[in-house]
Parts: sequence; C-alpha cells; structure tokens
Amino acid sequence: MTSLLVIIVVVLLAVALWQLTKIFDLTQVGASSDDSQVASDNDNNIQGYIMFGFLAFIYIFTIYGLLKWGNLALHTPASEHGLLVDNLMNITWVLIFTVQVITQGLLYWFSFKNRGHKDRKALFFADSNKLEAIWSIIPSVVLACLILYGLYAWNNIMFVDKDEDVVEIELYAQQFKWTARYAGQDNVLGKANVRLIEGINTLGVDMSDPNAQDDIVVTELHIPKGKKVHFKMRSQDVLHSAYFPHFRAQMNCVPGMVTEFAFVPTYTTSEYRELPFMVEKVAHINKLRAEKSIDLVAKGGTALDPYTFDYLLLCNKICGASHYNMQMKVVVDTPEDYKKWLSEKTTLAQDIKAAAAAEKPAEGAAPTDTTAKVIDTVKTVVDTVKAAVAKVAMK
Amino acid sequence: MSAEAHDHDHGHDHEHEHHHKDTFITKYIFSIDHKMIAKQYLITGIIMGIIGIAMSLLFRMQLAWPEESFKIFNVLLGDKFAPDGVMANDIYLALVTIHGTIMVFFVLTAGLSGTFSNLLIPLQIGARDMASGFMNMISYWLFFLSAVIMLSSLFVEAGPASAGWTIYPPLSALPQAIPGSGAGMTLWLVSMAIFIASSLMGSLNYIVTVINLRTKGMSMTRLPLTIWTFFVTAIIGVISFPVLLSAALLLIFDRSFGTSFFLSDIYIAGEVLHYQGGSPVLFEHLFWFLGHPEVYIVILPAMGLVSEIMATNARKPIFGYRAMIMSVLAIAFLSTIVWGHHMFISGMNPFLGSVFTFTTLLIAIPSAVKAFNWITTLWKGNLQFNPAMLFSIGMVSTFITGGLTGIILGDSTLDINVHDTYFVIAHFHLVMGISALYGMFAGIYHWFPKMYGRMLNKNLGYIHFWITAVCAYGVFFPMHFIGLAGLPRRYYTNTNFPLFDDLQNVNVLITTFALVGGAFQLVFLYNFFSSIFYGKKATQNPWKSTTLEWTTPVEHIHGNWPGEIPHVYRWPYDYSNPNHDVDFVPQNVPMKEGEEVLHH
Ligand code: HEM
Ligand SMILES: [Cu+2]
Ligand SMILES: [Cu+2]
Repeated sequence: MTSLLVIIVVVLLAVALWQLTKIFDLTQVGASSDDSQVASDNDNNIQGYIMFGFLAFIYIFTIYGLLKWGNLALHTPASEHGLLVDNLMNITWVLIFTVQVITQGLLYWFSFKNRGHKDRKALFFADSNKLEAIWSIIPSVVLACLILYGLYAWNNIMFVDKDEDVVEIELYAQQFKWTARYAGQDNVLGKANVRLIEGINTLGVDMSDPNAQDDIVVTELHIPKGKKVHFKMRSQDVLHSAYFPHFRAQMNCVPGMVTEFAFVPTYTTSEYRELPFMVEKVAHINKLRAEKSIDLVAKGGTALDPYTFDYLLLCNKICGASHYNMQMKVVVDTPEDYKKWLSEKTTLAQDIKAAAAAEKPAEGAAPTDTTAKVIDTVKTVVDTVKAAVAKVAMK
Repeated sequence: MSAEAHDHDHGHDHEHEHHHKDTFITKYIFSIDHKMIAKQYLITGIIMGIIGIAMSLLFRMQLAWPEESFKIFNVLLGDKFAPDGVMANDIYLALVTIHGTIMVFFVLTAGLSGTFSNLLIPLQIGARDMASGFMNMISYWLFFLSAVIMLSSLFVEAGPASAGWTIYPPLSALPQAIPGSGAGMTLWLVSMAIFIASSLMGSLNYIVTVINLRTKGMSMTRLPLTIWTFFVTAIIGVISFPVLLSAALLLIFDRSFGTSFFLSDIYIAGEVLHYQGGSPVLFEHLFWFLGHPEVYIVILPAMGLVSEIMATNARKPIFGYRAMIMSVLAIAFLSTIVWGHHMFISGMNPFLGSVFTFTTLLIAIPSAVKAFNWITTLWKGNLQFNPAMLFSIGMVSTFITGGLTGIILGDSTLDINVHDTYFVIAHFHLVMGISALYGMFAGIYHWFPKMYGRMLNKNLGYIHFWITAVCAYGVFFPMHFIGLAGLPRRYYTNTNFPLFDDLQNVNVLITTFALVGGAFQLVFLYNFFSSIFYGKKATQNPWKSTTLEWTTPVEHIHGNWPGEIPHVYRWPYDYSNPNHDVDFVPQNVPMKEGEEVLHH
C-alpha cells in the first residue's frame, strides 16, 4: 500500500509540473498550423476497410463463442417453472441475436460503404416521420409481447398459493454458511428470532411455540421430486442471496424479514446426473481436473478428487470476505427416499434436550461459541491447505 | 465575474484578455474560467481512470490465476493484503468496490460530464462563461477533495470500503461483518457526500447557464444535442443525487449514532445487536433511486458527444434531431421510475416487480430510436474517419450489444437466474462502462484542439481505438457465457466449485484481453500528454464544424470571443445543405435571401 501512495504522490507531482509548464503555452499565435492530423481520403479508405474487418470480427467471435462456450450455459432446468423461464429466455435470445446481427451489420456496413472521399457529397437527410414511426412502433409491439409473457411467468412463479400442499422449509443464512429447518409433522415452522439464539439453538427458534416442537434443523438440504417446496428465507447478519442456478431460483435473505420462493423439483439428483448433457459436462470437468492433477502430483501435491455432480445452493449477494465459499449441497430425492431421510433426523427439541443432558451445568451460549471457533479454525486450516494446493497446481 | 463578463456583451470594445491580470494561482489552480475548469476535470478524471482500471487488472489477474503469487500484488498491495504476492480475499472485494466507485462516479460522472459540460456549454450556446464561475470553481475543488478522500481510504489500516460499490447495509454498516466497513467505509461515505455536493453545484450551474445565457438566436431547438444531453443530465442529477445523499446520511446515523433505519434483528460475532425495525430493502430503494438514473447520467452526455461528432464527421445532419431530443427526454423521465429492476429478488413485493418490468422495457423504445437514428445518420454520408468518429461508431456498437441484454435483465422472470452473475457485469460494462468511455474518448479526440490548441496524433488514435475495440469485446463478450453458467460476481475465486472448473479457460482469456487492452491505454496517455506540448498546432476549425465553439480563437481568452458574441441564425446540423456549396454552414452564418429551412 505504501508503494501505491508513492505512485499517487508521483502522479500528483507530475500534474503539478504539468501545470507549471503550461505557463509556457499560449505562445502559439502566429505559429504554423496545418491539417495533417485530420483524416485524409487515404485514412478514410483504410479505416473504412478496417470497419468492415471489425464487423467480420464481431460475427466470427460471436459464432466462435456460441460453438465454444455455448454449452457452458446452464442447461435443462431442474424445476417446473424453469421450463417457463428458459422458454422465455430462448425467445428473447432469438430476438436479441436477430437485432444484434442486423444493427451491427448496418452500422459497420454503412461505415465501410460511405467512407469519405473529397468528391463525395453527403445526402442531406434530416428527418422522416415515417422511419421514426417504424422504429418506435415495431420495438413497442415486440416489447409488449415480451412484457406480457414475462409478467405471466413472473406471477406464476412468485405468488405461492396458500392452500396448495407444499413442503415448508426455512433457509437460514449467516456468514458464511447455510442451514435449513424443516417444519416437521405439522408442516408449520415455529416462530423464530435472532434474539432467541442460544446454545445449539443457532437459528433462534422460539421453543415455547408449539409449532416449533417438531422442527428439524439440518445442514444438507433434501427436497422431494415433484412436490412444491416453499422456502422461507432468513438471515441473521447481512444480506445473502439463496441462489439455486439449476432450479432457476433465487431470492435474497434479508435480516429482519422473511422472504420466500417456491419451486417444484423435476429431476432427482441421480436422474439429473444421468442426463446426457450432464454426463458430458462432468466428463469434461474431470478431464480438466485430471490434467491439473498431473501437474499437482508432479509438484508433490495431491491429486484433485474426481467430480460428481450435485445441485448446489450458492450465496449470490456479497456478504463478507468468504462470500465466495458459502454453499450448501442440495439433494433431490424421490418422495419415498425423502420421507425416509427426514424420518431419521432428530428434532431440534430433542437435540436441545440431549445437549442439556450431556452438559449438566448449563452454561448458556458458551459451548456453541467454542464449537464455532473450532469449526472456524478447522476451516481456515482447510482453506490454507487448499490454497497451497491450488498454488502448486498453478506451477 | 460572469455578470461582469456579461456586461461586455453590450457593445464595449475593450479586449477581454487584457482585462484581468491573472496570477499563476488564479489561472491554473483556483481558476474560474470554464475552459480551465474543464481541463482540471479532465486531468483528474484521467488520473482516477488510470487507478480504477489498474485495480480491475489486478483483480482480473486473481480471477484468471487464483491465489497465484505475483510480485506486483505484493509491491502494490503490501504485505498485509498480499503476503508473498498472493492476493487476500478481503482486499479483492475492496479492489472491486473501489474500482466500481471510481469508474462510475469519478471517471464517468465527474470526469465526463464535468469536462464536457464545462467546456462546451458556454462555448456552444454562446456565453462568456458559466452563470457562476465561482460556484464552478468550488464544484471542481470539492470534487478534487472527494477524490483525495476516496484515495486516502486505500491507506486505512483495515482496508478501504469492501461492500461493493452499492454499499448495501448491513454489510456496509457493521465493521464486524467485513473489515472495510470500519474507517474505510466512513471515508467512502464522506467522500461521496462531498462528491454529491460538488455534483449538485455543477449541475445547477449547467442548468442555469443553458436556460439564461444562450446567445441571440440560440433557441432551445437550435441547441446542439451535446447541450441538450448535458442539460437533461444535470436535471436528472439534481433530482436523484440528493436521494443518495440522504441514504448516505441515514447510513452514517445507523453506523455512528445507533439509529435503525436500515438494520434490524442482527446477530453477529456472537452477540445480538440492538437494532430493531429498520430494513435494508429501504436502503436499496434509496440507493437505486439514484443508482439507476446514475447510469443515464453517465451515458447521456456520451450520447450527446457522439451525436455531435457523428454529424460533423458524416458531413450530414444528425438524423431526427427532434426525435433525438424527445428520446433523451423520454429516457430521462423513464429513468427515474425503473430503479426497482435492480431489486426484483430483494424481497420486495413481487407486484412491484411487475410494475418495474413494465417501465424498464419501455425504456428500450427511446433507446432503440436513438440507435436507429445514429445508424441512419451514417447512411449516404461522407464519413471522415477521424479517431473521434471511430470511437463514436464504436460507442453505438457497444451500446447496442450491451443494451440488448438489458431486455433479459429488465424482465423480472429472466433476472431471477442471472441477477448478480457475470452476465450483469457483461451487460453493464458494455452498455454503460465501455460506451460511456468511448463517448469520453471521442470527446477528447474531437475537442482536444479546442482545449489545448493542438492536435492529437491521428495514427496513435487509430491504434488506440482498434486495439481497445477488439479487447473490449474480448473482455466482455465471453463474460455473458460464464454468467449464463451461473457464475456469481464478487467471488474472489471459483476454485471451491468444481462445477465451475470448465469456466477457468474463459477467465484466462478474458484477463489476457484485459491486460492487453489496459496496456494499450498507454498509447492514449502518451498521445494525450505529449500532444499538449508537442502536438501539431490546431487550426481554428479543424473538423469543419458548424457549432459556435469553433468560432472562438484557438488561443484561450477570458470571455471566449474577443469581440461580440456571435448571433445564431440556424440549427447546428447544416452539413451538406443543398442550398449551399460548402458542405457545412456554421450556426452564425445568416440565412441567405429566401433560404428555406430544410428540417423540422
Ligand atoms: C469504463 C470502464 C469501467 C467501468 C465503468 C467499470 C465499472 C465497474 C463496476 C461498477 C463494477 C461493479 C463493482 C461492484 O460489483 O461492486 C465493476 C466490476 C467489475 N469490473 Fe469494471 N469497469 C470498467 C472497466 C473495467 C475493465 C477494463 C475491466 C477489465 C476486465 C473491468 C472488469 C470488471 C469486473 C470483472 C468486475 C466484477 C468484479 C466482481 O464483482 O466480481 N472493468 N466494474
Ligand atoms: Cu455471500
Ligand atoms: Cu437500472
């Protein structure tokens, strides 16, 4: 940082110097001047051709991008409404590509075609109500269609029907991890507030609320295929955003309020892994990882684990230094597997009782603090190791 | 001062330049001459631009070669933030934040508007100076002060503000949440408050000057489009900047005086904080009430510059002068009612999302009109490819490419999945960042002779443009794809997600383009600074332009015109007018006997 300071000081000094030397300007009266730095016909010609070349560059780069990187984009949506979203997206893309190709083509073609020459005279063409009308009305009509489709989709996605049979799950965000709370048998989440955080009740669930008695707290999210899952999001500290890219779902988590988002998963994790595009993607990633591992091993490091696909929940709102590593694994089960998985979990009430029993002299919040600290230390160690490994990998 | 200058209009003959005895200080430092203030804005903007772009290169290197050791990181960032040359995660966020802040506010708001509004408003409307030269001077020095404070925040022990340029609380309010939210954020807020004061003074001055000081015959419908855009930009600024100021003040209250405007129910670092009842969403509303108009504050002046330069170099009237004015007004109006498109998934009522989708997509209409009018201006022109013209065409190109993806982001349904990903970065850099930057470069190449009495070297200009054009696409076009892959922005590294391993090659390519593009800006810097001293002397009207600034002497004088201020008899776009033999007729040339007006 001090060197940055030095640089800035140097720059400021340079400015001061420059201002000083400006004293000697304004002595140009009578000095010779010419138009050698104004574009000549020769320049116009060359630049006109380059304009045309640049149009070719844009087109080729676009095609190259589509071929080379097109398959990086998220593929088959894993949720019901995702189909609607992707459909609208595809329509919009067709429109965008068409307009892009035409307008850039005209722009650079006209530039090339009308490159200046001293014998040319430009056409005095100042306005045309007809043309103006055409390019106000056409975009209006097209946009009106997009807006209608968009609003239809949006209302379908965002408004959760209160009477529907949904699975209620709370997503709880904190720097830098996710926790989920299931509503249990009654399918009603107990009340909660950060002021009630105590011991292993890290979500601040109000244990005096009857609805809270059967709530279940977990750190890996399982959801059933084909059922509407209604997420209620909370945050305990700063803004976070619950981003499920494969499900086309995202909602911010805001301290002091509960936000919501609902979707119906349509592929179990294992089904999604089997989709041809995913098989190909994973194979490609594993090839890259294998190449990297060879380097790593050569440098005395350990090889990277092969990758298997899992749905993820990412944090997508800047939330602090480790924002880049705030994730949770999401598993879509068949309804039967889901039931089974859930039934094996203990409720928060049971956990609290067990913890109290294990630790006779109750000490309030102290134990969690220490566990949190231990976890943090472990995390930092892991991070450092990872960093070192990655560094080695990059030769 | 300006009132005094004004009296000269009324028929005195004495020479203005001998009227005041300028000392070095009043001439170069505390100058109240709009031309000198414009140059001060420009130089300050360029320096901030160098710093802002250099920062982006640093964090781009981190993204391409994550956690690799670079000597330069250690040299620039120090042992604390880059031990052994490996960039730390918190300084990454700080760099992103300060990069965004500097580029948006200091380069493309103050650097762009400040330079060209100051330079061109009096010269093009035929005024001796701004309405208040003194306020103008204060405006510049407040801007300078805010820049110094912003830069000084880089040297705060815990690091500068790191919550993103959008500084959403609670992250920006709580030092426990991120170290940059301590003294660094305080300095950020103070700097921005001063910046806003500066911007308001500038804007009020521009508005008053345009309304009151136009020369005889310069009706509103004879104003060059540059002036129209500066004028409208100033109005948007006056409407929206105070709202950001209020957000900043309330945030200062929350941070320092324990109020709860934006905070509620927070448990952090093992304790419950006392805040109750506030809402971060409220801050988002206040922020984006400025934030969205801000992107038009950035782009409108660039549009004005480009329109003017295109007409001059196409030797043709700008197509649809009135439609251009109407679309600027429509954009300005709509820009104040679309802020919610940044908040579709903020937790606000989805019904509001519908409303904002509607208003946002409406903005595409006047934008489309502008783009088509520019393209038509080129049709059957006699294009003079001066560097300024290249940058103008480039601006239209990136504005279209970037603007089209706005149809996706403005549609709440589609925004769900691309919000806060690299898709957004690609979109706004093209439509706002690069486009406005091109507008600024175009303006510099075009009006350099007016500012410094010398010409920039055209061949260096050509090199500068073409390399920049290729690199700008090379950087931002691939970003769309990694955004569509779901890659979130503001991630320090993606190595924790094997899912994103296949994006790494793209990131390397992007960074390579960025480094090359960044390096070639040195060509511009060399051209700029050496031409100030050694450039070819300019003639009075090198581009054969019609507007009034080219009727002033090459040598700068107080009061702009040695004698009387010229009167205006025609609109600013009489290029290749069939009634005349020459291909341009300056605004101060009276209509010929029986000459017809050939435009609306
Ligand atoms: C006209 C010039 C530019 C402008 C106006 C501009 C503006 C911005 C803004 C506003 C942000 C958002 C900061 C935030 O999220 O807090 C940003 C981020 C970014 N800028 Fe620029 N920028 C410019 C030039 C560049 C250049 C030359 C590069 C080179 C690659 C670049 C790369 C980036 C990247 C990658 C990010 C995203 C970082 C992240 O959020 O993870 N920018 N820029
Ligand atoms: Cu986060
Ligand atoms: Cu906006």
